[in-house]
Amino acid sequence: MPAYYLEAAVVVLGIVLMLMDAFVEKAEKSLVAKVGVLGLIGVFVALFFVRGPEAGDAAPIWSFYAVDPTALFYKGFALITTIVVLLMSLDYRGVLQHFMGPEQEKAGAGQGEFFYLPLFTCAGLMWMASAKDIVSIFVALELVTISFYVLVAFLRRNVGSLEAGVKYLILGALSTGFFVYGLTWLFGLSGETELSKIAAQLANEDSAMNLYPKALLFALSMVLVGLAFKVAAVPFQIWVPDVYQGAPTPVTAFLSVGSKAAGFVVGYRILQPFIDANTTPQLITLILAVSGATILLGNLAAMQQDNFKRMLAYSSISHAGFLLLALGCARTAGSQINVQGVMALYLGGYLAMTLLAFHVMCLVRDQLGGEEIATYKGLAQRSPFLAFVLLIAMISLAGIPFTAGFFGKFYVFLVALQSRYYVIIALAVLGVGAGFYYYLKVVRAMYWDEAADDRRLAVGPMSKAGMALLTGIILVLGVYPTPILSLFASS
Amino acid sequence: MSILDIIILLPLLGALAIAFGAPARSTAMASTGANLLLGLVAWGLYDPSKEGFQLTASRPLVNVPEISYAVGIDGLSLVMLLLSVIVSFCAMWMAPKVESRQKLYFISLLFIAAGALGAFCSTDIFFFYAFHELALIPTFFMIGIWGSGENRVATAWKITIYLAVGSIILLAGLIAFQSQLSNGSLTFDLVTLQERSAEEAIPARAQGWIFLTLLIGFGILVSLFPFHAWAAPAYAAAPAPTSMLHAGVLKKFGLYGLLRFTPMLPEGLETWRNLLIVLLLGNILFVGLVTLAQKHLDTMLGNSSVMHMGYVFLGIASWNAASGEPIGFTGAVLLMFGHGISIALLLGLCGKLRERLGTVEFDHLGGIGKQVPVFSFLFGLAAFAAAGLPGFANFSGEVMVFFGGFQGYGGEGFNSLQIATILALWGVVISAVYMLRAYRSIFLGRRPDDLNASPDIVFTQRIPCAILAGALLVIGFYPRLFSDLLSF
Repeated sequence: MPAYYLEAAVVVLGIVLMLMDAFVEKAEKSLVAKVGVLGLIGVFVALFFVRGPEAGDAAPIWSFYAVDPTALFYKGFALITTIVVLLMSLDYRGVLQHFMGPEQEKAGAGQGEFFYLPLFTCAGLMWMASAKDIVSIFVALELVTISFYVLVAFLRRNVGSLEAGVKYLILGALSTGFFVYGLTWLFGLSGETELSKIAAQLANEDSAMNLYPKALLFALSMVLVGLAFKVAAVPFQIWVPDVYQGAPTPVTAFLSVGSKAAGFVVGYRILQPFIDANTTPQLITLILAVSGATILLGNLAAMQQDNFKRMLAYSSISHAGFLLLALGCARTAGSQINVQGVMALYLGGYLAMTLLAFHVMCLVRDQLGGEEIATYKGLAQRSPFLAFVLLIAMISLAGIPFTAGFFGKFYVFLVALQSRYYVIIALAVLGVGAGFYYYLKVVRAMYWDEAADDRRLAVGPMSKAGMALLTGIILVLGVYPTPILSLFASS
Repeated sequence: MSILDIIILLPLLGALAIAFGAPARSTAMASTGANLLLGLVAWGLYDPSKEGFQLTASRPLVNVPEISYAVGIDGLSLVMLLLSVIVSFCAMWMAPKVESRQKLYFISLLFIAAGALGAFCSTDIFFFYAFHELALIPTFFMIGIWGSGENRVATAWKITIYLAVGSIILLAGLIAFQSQLSNGSLTFDLVTLQERSAEEAIPARAQGWIFLTLLIGFGILVSLFPFHAWAAPAYAAAPAPTSMLHAGVLKKFGLYGLLRFTPMLPEGLETWRNLLIVLLLGNILFVGLVTLAQKHLDTMLGNSSVMHMGYVFLGIASWNAASGEPIGFTGAVLLMFGHGISIALLLGLCGKLRERLGTVEFDHLGGIGKQVPVFSFLFGLAAFAAAGLPGFANFSGEVMVFFGGFQGYGGEGFNSLQIATILALWGVVISAVYMLRAYRSIFLGRRPDDLNASPDIVFTQRIPCAILAGALLVIGFYPRLFSDLLSF
């Protein structure tokens, strides 16, 4: 089965759910999400049986569609993210109902879209993982972004959500502009759209890219600007706190995991040959400078937040900084360590811990009605299970050993030290120190403080299973990251 | 599977059992009690005539860099292992009645114990580091939830942030260290790193920077002056079993690390020896004077624990200062053991005192010695040990540290190490003054009228105290039990 069947399957699944939502009136809307989850699990299983082009297969699709470990890993990544996001949406129904309006006669009206739109985003993310041609990269990116525009502004009776939608739309469009402009310059310099052919020209000393390094640097900087928007790196992080806070929580989770991972996959695919060739050494300096500033700003700004969601927004900025640091080390990390594996490990851990945190947040918002850290006071009494999984998520985000988050940071420190970027390491040490404070603030609220009342929290069996699985992933990757690392060992 | 695997796993399994409903206190005591026995068995199995690590077991986990879950002990780790199992067991036993959330209380304690044991038994520096961090969050819980004093919230933050930052600096140092010895393949295996550094030393300049990073990282964890601000308030605010484990065992992790890495970085120590000497004198003299000024028993003990770290650092600073057996190192290890046991006993007794009388302020105490003879005897014993009276393990350690300072001295002028040793000797006087003063103001003199009547320490609680006191005396009278194990 060729790999692109997967994207096709997800799109078809999305269309089926769309029709189901429109025509099967008797069904509960939550059924849409449940079928979606099951279908995506099926696609995830199929992921292990796909193949790339067979020898002699010169179908044009293979020139812009890659099937390599990176592609497969990030396809699985997108699928897991979407499955968890759908589970989260199910726990978020109360809030949706509230903001979709009491005027709607029927319970659940207008919720269907919320459950099937993520599938189209997922298809975009999966395609992006494979895209190796600047045109297909752009198309995939737009598929993702446009479905996000809708999802972010979904709570139409909530001012915050609408504000987030507008901000995301305007800044997203702007960043796309930068990104495309950079890509056109790349095309202009090379006359090719396929990344491998562009990269091949770097070896040729008489190619336009080597003759006009400044033009190349300009093109790459524009691309970097576009990507910095997507992954929330300084100075293009300004939209993040407001959009994350305003968007419905499952969408925030999707944005902060899916969108960031996509940004880094594409970033690595486009920039890696140029980092390696080092025609424009300024590029690395640029990435490192952005990374240092991002780590510092993300962590320091997060310290003062009282709103959990906003705090996680800044935390997501800081994690982008660590990932950029890894990217900046791609050339200098030494032959023993594959930076791509490091980024995959970091993102894999980040997926588990961030989704876990947002999932708990959905439940708490739905049942206790708040997103402030103060709402989490006494969570250990309200629900020991939720408190425990959030504890694991928080210590993993903070980077305490025996969690996936620690291994991610460990490898970033390792490659940075191999590359001798001491200044940024010092900044990263500061950032990690600050991180301990704000992540533990949540732990403190959950375990030290008494709950204001004796309400208990209920967790459904499906959500419980999902959360337990993510917790397991965090703990297993915390001592045994080899499964992810070995994927990238040979490439 | 090595016996060490079981020793590390037992407290964790105990914690798991408690989480799933086993009776908290008895499970905690059973698992640490079994650990105490297993620790003694490991001591019996250890063959001091052989070199290198024994009772080893290793499971590779990551290929690049090579990281494996590897355990093993040499003489140094064996002493630390014994210290950990003794103090863990006694800390569980001496834990007071827990009013609320007893499960979490004992789970946290068991995690601290497991962290210390894992760190001392690991022969892979990744796990050496990782296990130590296992204690971070439990400590945060213990002080925050069950701590005492007005400032417990601030104190809990302080210790957590200090230790977290210290650890991350340490991590950077460790990674830099192994990168220097990468030699074709990155590895975190301690034995391989020791072999490689013996074959070809790290360039002196790199040694200097790595040693400084490690010194700061470990130093923060051990409360080296001027990074000591977290320690005394934390020990005062923490519940007694936590401060026993932390001051007695966990803090020794940093010293243990320096004892491990200094031999591989001799020129690093050479470069920064004078800095280290100044800092350790800060511990001994400055913090010593601070300790004199304390008005509460708990903060006094906390400060005294910071102060006594200075002597261990003095032992470390004497590495390679003269040719011959590094007796300063041997002394440092004995002192770590002696100090760990004596401070644990003192802090445990201090907790009992607070429980009985509701206060540990010297001005509100006095004259209770007649009512509680056994208590005052035990306290006196531990206080004398901590002050360095001959016959206790602390004395043999301190004496060897001081000898280490003057090793190979031929009558010429004093070098900085020797001047430091002479100054450090005055610290002994300071400790004697504050320990005796504390004893006097609690047990002797006139009893304030408003002081509650207090029963003596009950028989069952005398057993853990007797174990601790016995350990001090045995090693005090026969230090060869340990010093024969050690070879550097």
